[in-house]
Parts: sequence; C-alpha cells; structure tokens
Amino acid sequence: MSTIDLAETTLRELNRTLQSASTGSFRVTNPRGAHAVAAGLNSDIEVEIDGPVGYYCAGMHQVGSVTVRGNASTGLAENIMSGTVRITGNATMSAGATGHGGLVVVEGNAGARCGISMKGVDIVVGGNVGHMTGFMAQAGNLVVLGDAAADLGDSIYEANIFVRGAIESLGSDCIEKEMTDDNFAVLERLLTASGLTARTDEFRRFGSARQLYNFAVDDIDAELANNGKASV
Amino acid sequence: MSDQNQPQPETGPSAAAQVIEPWNLRESYTYDRRAIAEIRRAANTGIYRIRGWGAKRELPTLDDLVFLGASMSRYPLEGYREACGTDITIGEDRAENPVKLDIPITIAGMSFGSLSANAKEALGRGASEMGTSTTTGDGGMTPEERGHSSKLVYQYLPSRYGMNPDDLRKADAIEVVVGQGAKPGGGGMLMGQKITERVAQMRTLPEGIDQRSACRHPDWTGPDDLEIKIIELREIVGHRVPIYIKVGAARPYYDTALSVKAGADAVVVDGMQGGTAATQDVFIEHVGIPTIAAIPEAVRALQDLGVHRQVKLIAAGGIRSGADVAKAIALGADAVSIGTAALIAIGDNDPQYESEYNKLGTKAGFWEDFQAGNDPAGITTQDPALASRLDPIIGGRRLANYLKVLSVEAQTLARACGKSHITNLEPEDLAALTVEAAAMAKVPLAGTGWIPGATD
Repeated sequence: MSTIDLAETTLRELNRTLQSASTGSFRVTNPRGAHAVAAGLNSDIEVEIDGPVGYYCAGMHQVGSVTVRGNASTGLAENIMSGTVRITGNATMSAGATGHGGLVVVEGNAGARCGISMKGVDIVVGGNVGHMTGFMAQAGNLVVLGDAAADLGDSIYEANIFVRGAIESLGSDCIEKEMTDDNFAVLERLLTASGLTARTDEFRRFGSARQLYNFAVDDIDAELANNGKASV
Repeated sequence: MSDQNQPQPETGPSAAAQVIEPWNLRESYTYDRRAIAEIRRAANTGIYRIRGWGAKRELPTLDDLVFLGASMSRYPLEGYREACGTDITIGEDRAENPVKLDIPITIAGMSFGSLSANAKEALGRGASEMGTSTTTGDGGMTPEERGHSSKLVYQYLPSRYGMNPDDLRKADAIEVVVGQGAKPGGGGMLMGQKITERVAQMRTLPEGIDQRSACRHPDWTGPDDLEIKIIELREIVGHRVPIYIKVGAARPYYDTALSVKAGADAVVVDGMQGGTAATQDVFIEHVGIPTIAAIPEAVRALQDLGVHRQVKLIAAGGIRSGADVAKAIALGADAVSIGTAALIAIGDNDPQYESEYNKLGTKAGFWEDFQAGNDPAGITTQDPALASRLDPIIGGRRLANYLKVLSVEAQTLARACGKSHITNLEPEDLAALTVEAAAMAKVPLAGTGWIPGATD
C-alpha cells in the first residue's frame, strides 16, 4: 500500500496519482477537510482516507473503492457511476447526489437531501437522514437504518426508499408502498453489502404516488363539442 | 413571396392600428384580443400556457443603438483588404487546452430531446465549419453530437440528466448552468410527447412523463460552494478545459462578479429574449432583463475586478444579426451565443410548411410550440417522420452561411469604426436612439453627451 500525505502533497498531485493508477491500494493521510479528494477515479484501486474530508470527496466515482475514516462534507460521492464509497462517520448534505450507480455507505448520519436526484445508485445510511432526503430521486435504492427528517422523498420518481426508524413527514407525491419479495431481496443484498446489521422486516418502503408525472389539463370546450355537455 | 405570406400582427394595439376596423368598434388597450384569448384559454384548460421561444413582447434591444463610424478624428479600415480579427480564446490562464474560436459567435445549449438528433447534427456541422462551438443541453451528450462538433461545450445542469464523467472528459469546455435568460430561477421542461424511449433512458425518467427539471443544483447552494464545485470539476478533467458559468440576466453585476469569484473562465449572460424549448409563458415574458441592459452591468463587474477581456463575457438573448454581434461586443462582451436564430437558420418556422402550421392553428413565423413535439420543420421533435424532414447536411450549410454573414457584418461595422479586431470595438463607438437605451447601455443619447443616470 502506498501512502500519500496531503500535508506534503498538493490535491492536484494526489488526484493525478490516483487517477492515473491502474491497480493498487493507497492510503491518504492528513486530509484535514480538503475538498475533491479522490474525485474522478476510474480504475480498480482501493483508497483509504484517514481523517475528515471536505466537499465532493470521491465525486463522480467510477470504479474501485474509497473509504473515509472520518466525516465528509457536502456532496460525498456525488454523481457516482459505479464502485463503492464508504465513510465511517457522518456526511453532511447531498451525500450520493445524482448518483447513477454503485454503492455509497454512510455508517453514521447523513444530512439534508441525501440521495437528491439519485439516478440508480444504492445508498445505505446507518444512522438518521436529514430533511428532503430522496428529493426528486429518479432510480436506485436508499436504505436508512435510523430516522428520516421532514419531507422524505419529495417529488420522487421511481427510486425506492427503505426506512427502519421514524418518519417526520413525507414530501409531495411520496407514499408508503408495500414491501414485495423483490424489495426484501434488494434490502437484504444492500444490508449485506454495507456490512450494517438490521432485520429486513423492520423496514417500510416509500416511493412515488405518480400524481406529479403529468400535468392535469382540462378541456371544457372539447367536452362540450364531443358530448354536448360537460361534467361538473 | 406573396403578400399572403407576410406575417401580420395578430392582436394587440399595434395590430389594431394596422387592421382596418369599422369606426364604431374600439378595442380595449388593456383587454386587447391577446389578453381576452389568454383568459379564455386559461378558463378552458386550467393550466398555465407552456411554450417555446423567448420573450415576444416589445423590449429595448440593440436596435436602439447605432455605430458612429470613423470620420475626421479616426480613420476606417478598408472593407475588403485590411485584416479585422474575429478570433477569441477562452480559458488561456487556467486551462491546459483553452477554447479557440475563429468567430465570436457560439451556438447556445439546446438538448437532444428538445431537439431532434438531425437538428443537433446540423448545428454541429454548421458551427464546426465556421470554427466555433456548440453546446449540449439538459439531457446529456449524444455520440452524434460529439462526433459532428469540433468544439463541444458540455453543460453541467441542476438536473444532471445523463451527466457522466466520461462525457465530461470528452468536452472541450464545461458550462455550469445557473440560469437561463428565458427563465432565470426556473428549471427546464420537456413534455411527455417528447420523452421517447431514448430520451427517457438518457435522463433516467419514465417514458411519457411531463418532465420538470430541477431549478437549482443538488449539491451546492451558493457562490462559495460553487467555487469548490469548480475545483472538483477541474480535478476530474485534470485542469484541461475551461469552465464557463451561465446565468440568466437578473442581477448581472453581482452574478458576474460572483461567477468570477467562483473561478469561471467565461461568464455567459443570457438576456430575457433568450429562447427555451418549453417554459411557462408567464416566466418567459416577466422574469429577467433585456440583453442590452445586462451586458454593460456584467462588463462593469469585470472591470471593477480588473479582469475585463481576461475572464471572457459571452452575451446571449435575441442576437439576430451582425449588427447585434458588433454592438454586444462594443458594449464589452467578448463573444455572443445564438440559439433561436440558429434554429431559424436551419429551418425553424420555414414558410414552406405554411399549410401545416395553419393546421396547428398558427402560421410560419409565429409558431412557438416547441414543447408539443409536432414541429412541421422537424427540428424540435422526437417524431422520426417529422425529424427526417431536416437534412442535417443542408441544415449545417445553412447555419454556416448564416454564421458567415453574422461574422462578416460584424467585421464590416468594426472596420467602419477603424478597428483591426472586433473586440477593439468599445462603447465610445456607439450612440443611443432612445433615452431608455442610453440609460441601459450607458452610451450617450445620439447627438448629445447625455447618459441618463451617469454620475459624472
């Protein structure tokens, strides 16, 4: 394993090294809240970051795994395509935002808008999630072992949100849905992959009521022309 | 062209003045035919009007400015002989591969989805022939588009539809879209008729839904965050390409200053005449300020920060002619961007489809229902039969011709003012024809030294 000390190496040098490596394991020390650490990785490498990171850690992650031993600020693993990003601490807002694939594991809590506009990523949060989690979530699965704050799943599309704890409130067009066998299987798979422990029968599933998918358009004139009268 | 094909104003006071009515009929100025038709439409449907195109109302425009030309105190350049440069370079300070444009006219962001694949190809062909760039839109990058555009700007939008790092790395520049002139503060729309299987797949959406894109970015909330976002984008593309920030013209002084602070290599300021594929009419007509008012404020911000002509300013919104190009640049822009005019050049609102426009209850020259997906000219559609009407090669030639005219017209005006490069044009070369234009453009009312609002 090679060690890169961010106290002695610039962010550009670190990312250039990681982006150009094709295999291997890397340990990053002294991140001290630096932004965009390990962003844009695109090969099958393992990266461990010892300490807290700033914004957009592992942004647009494509292949390989990134583990943060500490907390992460805004936009952890934003737009992740595949691969795995894990943090042992808490993530602030927009963790896993717009992710298209792969797995994001937050062992602690995640802040507001976790999984916003997610497009296929799987996200597992060991603790609680903040308000507007899953806002406009399009596809993928979001698993929350703790509680969810207000407006969960607001304007959600075809993503699934599984919550074990309490829900403060659901957002517009988000409803509770039945847990199917497929849902249990997905949940089981994601809990196993995340290494977090919970019983699948403790979770409830939330998704779209699909009432916002199309505009409601009236046409009184057409009704009158076709039927001679209009409904009241 | 016969008189029948000459578009006449349909409604409103200006129409009333031209259409002979019996002397005892008086149309209300307030409740004119257009206002009445809209009230009736709203009462029938219960939904706001959604349409394409940009602001259609009468606005102060660059037409309200004139060039003074050379005379006793300065001499002009020979129109056909002496060089007058039109090239600009974006991002030379920070990007390994700056964007070099042969002409200062770029093609604005328009998505595959809102436009057909053929239309995107035509734009790519025309722009590439003239050595300028095209721009993706709210729906990701298609291989066709990348293939036919020698310089392609990849838009980074709030929705992040189709956003992926491989495409990001293929881009010649990245444009972070904060807003758009047609709808500063609003997200995009794409109606169900246009969400075909391919479009739905690219955007990870269910087919046939009425898509309303996010209006703000999912992972940053202000200029300080955006500064960090730009660091991330530069890290992902290895600092190779320039980064633009696009804003709708709202508070151009502060929006431009904050864009510079956030680290932009270029700021795109889009005035309210700027077009859209689909937005609420109330948004298009009532939010934002005209391009003529936005450019000088953006320039003032760049000058106050000491980066004018270093951080580039691209002005957009209602640019139609070489005169518009030259005036925007004289006011301090480095380049302009065209969308609506480019679509018209490749065939939008073509009178050859007059009878089909009539069937849709409109006329060539008036058609604005880009959201409907039934474009007779085959441009703003995903219907294969309609889309096949646009030959991308011919469309590309038309666009190249049009860009050539814009460029040569702008050069003509620059030479007349004695400038050997188009960006040497300056506000001193201009005068305003109206008090409003003088105040907004901050150039003197013609024949006077008066700039309304100027403090010294």
